[in-house]
Amino acid sequence: MVVLDIDGAGRVFGSGRLRVVALDDVSLWVSAGEFVAVMGPSGSGKSTLLRLAGGLDRPTSGRVLLAGRDLAVLDEAGLAEALRREIGFVFQEANLLASLTAAENVALALELDGVRPKAAIAGARGLLDSSGLAAVGDRFPGQLSGGEQQQVAIARAVAGGRSLLLADEPTGALDALTGESVMGLLRQRCATGCAVVLATHNVRHAAWADRVVFLNDGRLAGATGPAAGPEYLLGTGQAR
Amino acid sequence: MSVRHSLLALLSAGPTHGYGLKTEFEAATGDVWPLNVGQVYTTLGRLERDGLVTAGADADGQKVYEITDAGRDELGRWFETPVPREVIPRQELAIKLVFAMRSGVADVAAVVQRQRVATVRALQDVTRLKAAAESAGDMAWLLMLDALVFQAEAEARWLDMCEARLARENIAAGMARRHPENPAERAVERSS
Repeated sequence: MVVLDIDGAGRVFGSGRLRVVALDDVSLWVSAGEFVAVMGPSGSGKSTLLRLAGGLDRPTSGRVLLAGRDLAVLDEAGLAEALRREIGFVFQEANLLASLTAAENVALALELDGVRPKAAIAGARGLLDSSGLAAVGDRFPGQLSGGEQQQVAIARAVAGGRSLLLADEPTGALDALTGESVMGLLRQRCATGCAVVLATHNVRHAAWADRVVFLNDGRLAGATGPAAGPEYLLGTGQAR
Repeated sequence: MSVRHSLLALLSAGPTHGYGLKTEFEAATGDVWPLNVGQVYTTLGRLERDGLVTAGADADGQKVYEITDAGRDELGRWFETPVPREVIPRQELAIKLVFAMRSGVADVAAVVQRQRVATVRALQDVTRLKAAAESAGDMAWLLMLDALVFQAEAEARWLDMCEARLARENIAAGMARRHPENPAERAVERSS
């Protein structure tokens, strides 16, 4: 099932001499359970693409469909509702609320969906457990490492069974090993059927994806096809 | 790759047959560098000649190798000494890009992009192997795979750099065409 369908989307800012084409006729679709990484130099359009995918911005040409619905035909309330129910965002900064514990931060997302507080906190604990974060539930963001905060932010972003997770450089400030556990968590969310789109500069992190697409000057500049498998890498009969 | 020191390291855990050393070496390095058995016996012969191992026989009369004190000293020195970097390996990719730039017959940006796709694809494969090694708790194999990951990353980042340099060069060339500072250049432009 295609969760996100970006169909020939373009985004132009300004006009006349100040006209900037941030995105030019980009098509990309992401299925349930698929992990797609978007790579490209600064200014290549990665963040613009994610903002269009998340309904935070509208394309000036082409369409963005979420679970088959064109976001452009929804009114403001309908759009807000669709985005909140379907999409989770993770940014470079975890942006957790400092006065709430990790579990309460995750539970808040569920309460906004209309879940009762007791059920929300139970759901939040379940989600933290399944992410290997059971031990941090009762701690406040200030008591967590950067990596733990980011992992809690991912749990919050997927709370309530959101079908699409959009992550914009979520590993920016993390060390190599912590960055990997964040990638492992994104991978784990895919296994539960969530579609993930990651924008990153880091090729090591992009390599966790099923598919890597490259943007350059607002245009698609290529993509990795289906994996060739370890035999291709190490020679026949070598891989374990 | 130091087969000699790798064999000493394996023997430091206890006496072993020559064939056992081959399989242990390949298992430890995830079969990335297959050893042929002849190479193992030649190396063991040299180690014996240099007094770093001794050869005995087991109950079945099979040859068994054991590390000597001199062998342990040599192994200690190997671990204490950084790997020398005096040799710059001849890299086919670097050579290809150099000649793509010089020849003028290749689309250099396209060469860079095709290579990047191939490199990232290889990186995706190693990353998959890593996820499997992680769940199996295979630490030595994980270290090997990390080495492959960082080598591929270095290549990808170098390609990013090449692309950025090319882009800057193209912008500079475009500016020079639009704003020729030198009248001679302007004359050339008018006549062309």
